[in-house]
Parts: sequence; C-alpha cells; structure tokens
Amino acid sequence: MPTPAQLAGTAWKQLSDPFYDAGSNDKGIGIQLAYSLGRVGLGFGLAALVAIPLGFLIGLSPLAYGALNPFIQVLKPISPLAWMPLALYTIKDSTISSIFVIFICSIWPMLINTAHGVASVRRDWLNVAKTLEAGTVRTAFQVILPAAAPTILTGMRISMGIAWLVIVAAEMLVGNLGVGYFVWNEWNNLSLSNVIFAIGVIGVVGMLLDLAFGALQRAVTYVE
Amino acid sequence: MSLFRNPFDGETNLTCACGRHASQAEHDVDAEKLSRQALENAVMRSLFPRDAERRRFIRSVGAGTASAAIASLFPFGALEAMAQDKGKIEKKDLKLGFIPITCATPLIMSAPLGFYEKQGLNVTLVKTAGWALIRDKTMNKEYDASHLLAPMPLAISLGVGSGAMPMQVATIQNSNGQAITLAMKHKDKRDPKKWKGFKFAVPFEFSMHNFLLRYYVAEHGLDPDKDIQIRVVPPPEMVANLRAGNIDGYLGPDPFNQRAVYDQVGFIHLLTKELWDGHPCCSLGVRSEWVKENPNTFAALYRAILNAAAMAASPGNRTTIANAIAPANYLNQPVPVLEQVLTGKYADGLGDVKNDPGRIEFDPVPWNALGIWILSQMKRWSYLKGDVKYKEIVDQVYLMTDAKKRMKEEGILAPADMPKKIIVMGKAFDASKPDAYVSSFAIKRT
Repeated sequence: MPTPAQLAGTAWKQLSDPFYDAGSNDKGIGIQLAYSLGRVGLGFGLAALVAIPLGFLIGLSPLAYGALNPFIQVLKPISPLAWMPLALYTIKDSTISSIFVIFICSIWPMLINTAHGVASVRRDWLNVAKTLEAGTVRTAFQVILPAAAPTILTGMRISMGIAWLVIVAAEMLVGNLGVGYFVWNEWNNLSLSNVIFAIGVIGVVGMLLDLAFGALQRAVTYVE
Repeated sequence: MSLFRNPFDGETNLTCACGRHASQAEHDVDAEKLSRQALENAVMRSLFPRDAERRRFIRSVGAGTASAAIASLFPFGALEAMAQDKGKIEKKDLKLGFIPITCATPLIMSAPLGFYEKQGLNVTLVKTAGWALIRDKTMNKEYDASHLLAPMPLAISLGVGSGAMPMQVATIQNSNGQAITLAMKHKDKRDPKKWKGFKFAVPFEFSMHNFLLRYYVAEHGLDPDKDIQIRVVPPPEMVANLRAGNIDGYLGPDPFNQRAVYDQVGFIHLLTKELWDGHPCCSLGVRSEWVKENPNTFAALYRAILNAAAMAASPGNRTTIANAIAPANYLNQPVPVLEQVLTGKYADGLGDVKNDPGRIEFDPVPWNALGIWILSQMKRWSYLKGDVKYKEIVDQVYLMTDAKKRMKEEGILAPADMPKKIIVMGKAFDASKPDAYVSSFAIKRT
C-alpha cells in the first residue's frame, strides 16, 4: 500500500498538470473528468427530456400509469451495465453505448418521481384552477409543474447520483477515455496511489454534482 | 536515438539506447534514410551482439565494404522498395485497437518509432479493455484494423461465439511470449497432476492460451472441463485477481506473467515456448471488406508492421523497444518488467534468473499450418462441430499466400516453409491430416 506521503505526491503531480495530453491513451485527470462529465451530461440530459414529459403524462392519466407501470417495474431494477453488450451490438459505437447506459440508468428515478409528484398535487389547487377556468396547458405549467417541481428535482438528484456511479463502471468496461478509464489504466499498472487519488476525485466531483442539485431543489421548494 | 545512428560508423556506440528522443532525432535526419538505418542497425546488432566486435570489424574492413557485405546477406534494398509508396493511400487516419500486452509490440512500437508515419499513415492507437470488446469494436467498424488473438479471426469468420463476419489475418504479431503463472502458495505443486480443482484464467475462449492450457493439462491426464476451472479474465486484471486469490494461476500474455513476479504474487511455472516453440499468439486482424475498400492503405499498414517486426525480431533492439512501449500511453508498465520479457533474461519468481532469448519472437508470416492447428483444437474441444473444412477456411482467413507473394514481389526472402515445425509437447502435427490428429488425443470433446 502507498504511504500518505506517496499519495500526496501523486495527487500533487496529477493536480499540478491536470490537462496534459501525452497521446491518445494518456491524458491528464482534468481531460478525463471532462470526458466523463460530458457523457453523463448527455445521457442525463436525454433521459430528462424523455422522463419528465413522460412522467407528467403518467402522473396525469391513471390509464397511462396502469399501462406503463408493469414495464417500468421490470426495467427499473436492471443493472444498467447489463445493457452494455446489447448496446454495443445494436448501436455499434462504444461512446454512444456508454451514453445510452447513462440514459437508461437515469431515466427511471426521474420518471417515477415526476409521475408521483404530478399525481400527488393537491386536489384543492386543481379545483381552484378549474373554477378560475384555467386551460389544461395553463394548469399544467402554472399549477402542476411548480407544485411537483421539488419531487421532480429529487428524482433528478437521485438520477444524477446513479449516473455518476455508473459512468465509472461503464468506462472501466468499455475503456473510453474518462475517469473510469483512468482507474482501469492505473489498475493495469497496479498503481494503487493513482487509483486512490482517482477514487478521491470521483467522490469530490460526485459530491459537487449532488450539492448543485441540492441547491436547485431548495430554489424550487415552497412552503404550503 | 541510437537506433537511428549510422551503424557503419566505427566510432558510434550502439549499446546506448535511452529511447526517449525518437521524435527529436527524426526531425534532424531524413526519414527515408532513418528507416534504412534502423533496419541496418537491427541486422548489425543481431550479427554483432557485442558492440566492440562490430567496431573492430568495421575498422578492419571499412564501412563501405561492411555495408555491402551485410547487404548481400540481408535484402535492405527490397525492404526499402517495399517502403516506397505504391499507390495513393485511400485513408490516411487510421484507428487501431490494442490490448496493453507485449504481444502487440510491432503494432505499438510503430507509433513511437515512426514506422506508421513513414508510410504516410496517421495512426491513433486505442487501448481497449478486453478481447470481447476489441472484437465488437472491430466488427462495428470503430477500428480499421486491430490487434486480435490468432484464433479470433478464424472464430469470427466462422461466426463461432459472435456474429459471422469475414476477417483476415494480415500478419502474426508474435510467437511464444506467454507463460503459465501460478500463485506463490502453489510453489510446491509444480506437477500438473496435483492441479485438480484449480481455477485458471485465460484471456479469451478463442485464444492460444485457452488451447495451450487445455492441451497441457490434458497431456497430464486432467480433463480441462471437469478437473479444473478455466475462466476468462482480461489480461490486465489477471495479476490483481491472482493477488486476491480469485484464481490459482493463469496462462496469460506477458508482461502480466513477469508483472506477477515483479509484484511477488506469483511465479512463472513455465513459458509456453517450452510447450511449443514457435507457436503464434496474436495477430493483426482486418475485415475483408476493409481490405477490399482500402488496398493501398492496407499495403502501407502491412509494410509498417513488417518493418516493425523486422526490427523487433532482432534481440539487440529489444531494450530500445521496451523503453518505447512502456509509457502510460501504451503498456503503462515499469521498464524492467518489459525488458525481462523482451530480452528473455528474467527472474522466475522462485529466486532463479533464467536466460531464454526466444521467450518472445516476432515472425510475421501467417503460416497456414498454424491456422489449421488452431482449428484442430477448436474441433477437439467442440467449439466447432461436424466436418471442418480446415484448409479452405484457413486459406481464406490467413493471408499467407498473399504475404509470401507480396514479399516475393518486393524481393524479400520469404522462407519457403515454416522456420520451425509444429511440435507441441513432443508431438508433431501434420497439417495435412488434422482429423487424424484430433482423434489421436485421449481427452477430447468430439
């Protein structure tokens, strides 16, 4: 095991030059992080684009809920990495496959939370909207969305946490440049001090992402 | 860099090889001349392993005479002619996949040592996490060509263990270069008969490693499917698994055998060279369709790899190569580990230092007999069922005829027959009677 002094040395070396580029398979931790964050951002963004409208629909319509719920329940517990071989085979591109894996893992918490948030908007508020003769669209955007926003953001926060967990594993599996690749590459070399350094970086970045969503969540929270 | 210095200069010291100044030196001297000198260097080093002797020879006969004498033995001109561009390259930017192991030496070293560049190719080498992935990425056309295990193009062409896609073996990357590594706790169990219940790792199902391990234990009376467990573990993860006690040993590629010794978690039980001297291991695989679409690019790639293999074949260059492929961008391994693998002077992990210059060799010709042996083992262990058209399949996949024709056209001495006969653990293999060979084994799955 590396000593704390060795660890500090490794961390200093990596952090003092985070953007070095020594060839296609050897890049600084900053560049690797950018690759990972880019993939997470894309996969997560696409998932949000699908999950939030779909969740809205499911929350509004008991029929849609009844129709889709069994599928969601079956698909939700599947480890996202199990999709990887299938994704590679059908998509035929490893980068898009890892984005797909992020997409598929972050869609469920957002979908379920959105549906739940929309479904549990207080009846009184909907009735008030009705008496004021607000249209469907207006009700959706001005009553339901703000009312459900804290729950939706909780879903997004959970999803982001999972996406960040999964990207490291996906990159280790597929070997695309990124933090997961960095860990794998240093594992090849049995360089534990670099692996421990990477673990620290992954933890800190994960925490920052969570804090960002926490702040967003507070911004939309309301007092009844 | 010493590799590109004039070997016919009586004052030059060829033994120095730091390997770090490849690009700087390249800028200074004309590239054509460099490659020729690299070749000449390779030859001179193999003829005169001791530098003092070479200097004495050159001083006594003169550089010109020495050059002419060596050229008569070795076709520099032909190799150089091959290096000339024959047609316009269809695709300049290539993406090649590799697994970080020494088997890929010719493929990897061609980047830092400028062999690709000299052929007008801009190659990006992509490190890949495992064989299944490299197969998928090659089949998905993400890679133009790729480092593949020698049996993989056969298996992929036949659609065994994956979808079928016609693949070709352009060159064999390396021969020998693998070993059986056992965990330290088994140092008293050197006799394979005591291995009942052991868990072994191999890099992939369709690998020489799997077939050789099966062959080896079966010769000692163990049934590889019943008496031991064979698991697929990507090479880079083998040492970590051995340390964790998940496996008892592995038949894996270097540098991970030597790495286990370096990290004191295992010892080298035997080199695969001791089972079959001259067995192929990895190959440069390409999709047949890609070759048809990009014939000139393929030829350029071919020339780069042939030149690299010629340089790697010479023991004197091995230290230079070890330095060139060690950085994190390529193998990400300590230089001493790679040096021990490539030079064949190595610690076996049990306190002995062994010297076996043939530990890894680089013979690029994809001899058809090698492919037939591989198919015979696939048949033996029931990866292939029914009648196997050995010769037909191998003729399509292994480009031996092409390789020899091309070498002949370019005037390179192509050996008429395999330099080493196929003798596996004392048993000769006759490529014309593969079925009889398969049925001659006591333990088989047919």
